[in-house]
Amino acid sequence: MTDEQIFDKVKSIVVDQLSVEADKVVPSANFQNDLGADSLDTVELVMALEEEFDVEIPDEAAETITTIQAAVDFIKAKSA
Amino acid sequence: MLDLSGKNALVTGIANDKSIAWGIAQQLHAAGANIGVTYLPDETGKMERKVRDLTASLNPSLFVPCNVQNDEQVQETFKTVGEKWGKLDILIHCLAFANRDDLKGDFSATSRSGFALAMDVSAYSLITMAGAAKPLFTDGGSIITLTYLGGVKVIPNYNVMGIAKAALEMNVRYLAHEMGPNGVRVNAISAGPIRTLASSAVGGILDMLHHVEDSAPLRRSVSQKEVGNTAAFLASDLSSGMTGQVLYVDAGYEIMGMTDTRVKG
Repeated sequence: MTDEQIFDKVKSIVVDQLSVEADKVVPSANFQNDLGADSLDTVELVMALEEEFDVEIPDEAAETITTIQAAVDFIKAKSA
Repeated sequence: MLDLSGKNALVTGIANDKSIAWGIAQQLHAAGANIGVTYLPDETGKMERKVRDLTASLNPSLFVPCNVQNDEQVQETFKTVGEKWGKLDILIHCLAFANRDDLKGDFSATSRSGFALAMDVSAYSLITMAGAAKPLFTDGGSIITLTYLGGVKVIPNYNVMGIAKAALEMNVRYLAHEMGPNGVRVNAISAGPIRTLASSAVGGILDMLHHVEDSAPLRRSVSQKEVGNTAAFLASDLSSGMTGQVLYVDAGYEIMGMTDTRVKG
């Protein structure tokens, strides 16, 4: 999967889970500060990403994934 | 055989599409039950919207806020059930909560307030709900709660929730004794680990899942739907001779005294 394909999938999950407008979901967007994710949202996002990409995101890793780009990078590294 | 048509089922504990309560609600609905849903209200109304959207496909005839730490809200919930349905047949209790910090590390570090919180939401809530529902079970009934092996054996990190589940399982027996004469049955399902919003707070949940997949007799974990099917059985007359029991829906993991993951090398 290319970076762009991963990004597009992440974007659609984020739009769906957080009910935010698609144009706000840019690589630099911070889940909490820019996209308004609370702690429950974060857990649900992690689970949705795990399901979509068939990867596991342990708690320690999830804590470091604060932006859309970080999520894309993590998934890319895991599925490579 | 398994027919729940004409039965009113109140389902608590749905948070999202991964919730075990959601698996149960779907299977009860598939068996013909009339579904009512409670949700945990929050200030923003977000949880209400999410649960309402998710459960719309089941056409719930009742949709009420219920925070079990609020006695008035619990009473109000069952008052609404009485007014709208007249009687209750099935009560699904899928509620538990503990501070994240109390679900990892040293058990002896559990705080007094954390202990009280876990016990209140996860164990006492069944007592208070069963009490409020009791007068509504005019035609017998079935109360089903969700427990976990961590209430019987030590599961690393499960900590204070294990103590709450032990209390919950004993609640099941005392309630079964009290309500038996009225034809109300009370049972628990002890589900194997499932990835949910709640279980994600338990330290090392992914490792727990892998351990079960490697060592349970069925060599896999269980699904929300499988738990839902057992709940439908316990809610129906097919289980009419059973009460006060804990049924394991865990791919058989509970029977193992030693796993052979290491033996195989």
